Amino acid sequence: MMPIGHYLFLSLALLLIGAVGVITRRNVIIVLMSIELILNAVNINLVAFSRYYGDVAGQVFALFIIADAAAEAAVGLGIIIAFFRNRETVLADEMDLLKW
Amino acid sequence: MLDSIVFYFFAGIAVLSAALMVTRRNAIHSAVFLITTLLSTAGIFLQLRAEFLFIGQIILYVGGIMVLFIFVIMLVRLDVPLPQIRSRARQWVACIVALVVFLEAAFIVWMSQKVPGQGLLVLRAAPAEKLPPNTEDLGKSLFGAYLLPFEIASILLLVAMIGAVVMGKKRTDAP
Amino acid sequence: MNAVLQGVLAFVQTWWVELLCAVLIVLVVPLIAGYIVLVELKVMADMQARLGPMRVGPHGLLQPIADAVKLLIKEDLIPDNADQFIFWFAPVLSMTAALTSMGAIAFGPWFQVARDINIGLLFVVGVSALGPFGIVLGGWASNNHYSIIGAIRSTAQLISYETTAGFALVSGFLLAGTLKVSDIVQAQYAGHVWYVFLTPVGFFTYLIASIAETNRAPFDLPEAESELVAGYMTEYSGFRWSLYFLAEYANMIVVGAVGTTLFLGGWLRPFPHVAWLGWVDALPALLLAAVGVYCVMRAGKQPARVQAMFMWVVALLCIVVALIFGLVEVAHASNFAALQASHSFLLLRSMYPGLYGAFWFLLKVSAYIYIFMWLRFTLPRFRFDQLMRLGWHILIPLSLVNVISVGVGLALESSLGWNRWPAMILTSIATLFVGMLLIRWNDKHAAAASASIAADNSQVEDSYAG
Repeated sequence: MMPIGHYLFLSLALLLIGAVGVITRRNVIIVLMSIELILNAVNINLVAFSRYYGDVAGQVFALFIIADAAAEAAVGLGIIIAFFRNRETVLADEMDLLKW
Repeated sequence: MLDSIVFYFFAGIAVLSAALMVTRRNAIHSAVFLITTLLSTAGIFLQLRAEFLFIGQIILYVGGIMVLFIFVIMLVRLDVPLPQIRSRARQWVACIVALVVFLEAAFIVWMSQKVPGQGLLVLRAAPAEKLPPNTEDLGKSLFGAYLLPFEIASILLLVAMIGAVVMGKKRTDAP
Repeated sequence: MNAVLQGVLAFVQTWWVELLCAVLIVLVVPLIAGYIVLVELKVMADMQARLGPMRVGPHGLLQPIADAVKLLIKEDLIPDNADQFIFWFAPVLSMTAALTSMGAIAFGPWFQVARDINIGLLFVVGVSALGPFGIVLGGWASNNHYSIIGAIRSTAQLISYETTAGFALVSGFLLAGTLKVSDIVQAQYAGHVWYVFLTPVGFFTYLIASIAETNRAPFDLPEAESELVAGYMTEYSGFRWSLYFLAEYANMIVVGAVGTTLFLGGWLRPFPHVAWLGWVDALPALLLAAVGVYCVMRAGKQPARVQAMFMWVVALLCIVVALIFGLVEVAHASNFAALQASHSFLLLRSMYPGLYGAFWFLLKVSAYIYIFMWLRFTLPRFRFDQLMRLGWHILIPLSLVNVISVGVGLALESSLGWNRWPAMILTSIATLFVGMLLIRWNDKHAAAASASIAADNSQVEDSYAG
């Protein structure tokens, strides 16, 4: 059985890679995908602790996070499609309607 | 032994393809690498004996959400590489911030080893040689103790669905 | 080094049945897929009153092998502007998903690679849902308009019909009370009924959704040859194309196996509890023996020597397997103490349930796939808006109502003490009633929608006419 620290480090690495993606990328779709990566990192933590404490609650919350990710993806992609229809772009720094 | 081999295998693939996902220029390539990350995370769930989450991850995340992403990427037609005016400064800032956060968290995890009795790293799992009936447990607590959060999640999904339909609808009366 | 070797040996000793099953699946499924193609050609020929392939082998029996050789020696083209990596990767993904998902299917009582997973059938469904990624990515990587349109159509179709299939499966899972494949079959054995009779609506919604998921006619819009050349496969040739082709047929086997396990009683023979139908047990041996005798009779009339030899080999195989079946069957019925004590007989006896179960299982899967072919040569292809309307307006509400009504039926059984049969018949009738209402409501609106589409089309025509 491995110490739980390994899982924590893996989750941390994925979370930070996702954060770097959110900060550096201009394409909104890839930003959304990075957010999915961050949610996924959280899931690893929850499931690891659920395993190590022998309690199923962590897995229940991981399921809720997956549901949340689905909701977020649906609404986010809906916004992207609506925006693309109006402005013909999905780049984050061209979404500057307020700067007119 | 086998446990740690499986873990390092999937963890390596997850981190590597996550890094590739953030750096690829083409959105479809990013999506493919994100799928790889999600699948290897599913493998780690299986290694943690969470079978239902393993298949939930594959069906919902990979089979549902990622299909949606690829669908939208094809719809908005980003096949052509984007004009690259990425600022170097922002990348550097992002990397440095990430590194600092990583060191900080690593320090905390390392320090928690020293806490007497309740150390994080000495946490041991209950001995489970055979797989526990994971699906039944999950279902029972989902519809027992966590019934209210479950209903709230379903309402959240309903609201998201309506929102997505409203967003995606063509406005015929717009000027 | 020695330790590694010993570890491998120990692994093989522990898991040899599973390894054998896995190797068997990987080797045999492409062959079976090839022969399904032949059967499809023959069924099509029969429905169109012609003979079908007749040249290679007796009645074209060697045609799949000739096709495979042709595909393997064909030139392998990759378009210049294609995305090389994804173009290479996509067909492999499709095929891998189809073969992996077969790991959790129980072809017989022990004929299963992954036996003890408690997500069981969900594993099959989930992993086979990765297959369409191969289609979508392949279509995108080809860098061709037809391919991309095929890929987008395939995605939309998949998202729409996966939901229906999921709900239909849930209604079966509710009845069985478990996800484990072998337990589902045992529950049907214990309940004296196949679940297709308890929830017919669930079975038929699953049937329709599974046709749509495997992209078969009348739902074959992703590869509609009259509109899109070959859809997502337009740029593929040779071995990669045959991978897609094999994946499609392997997927048919997978959905057929899922439907069979959940609704048609898995590896059980028909009426396993009725005593006077006991002679059905001898059917596999008789059938194989008949095939062997037929092959012997035809072998003399072959034009080429290779073909005659092949027929002899097939005949020999059939008769040997038939003898095994027959021997065990006879010994099972009579009590030869000497025979039963012998070692080789014990091995045969332990293999028997698996082989016997596999026979009935594959027979049911073949019947399921025959329905696919029947529909393919009977119905014209749907238009895309009709496909979407069928999926979202009829099938999803219907399967949702079906899940609720199966739940109501089970509640009647458990809390009011009803018998399972009347409860299920009552709720099925209620579901069918809702289905009829849905179709009526939809017909009313579909007429209006079609009229508006026709009006659009006529406007376009007018603008060109002027």
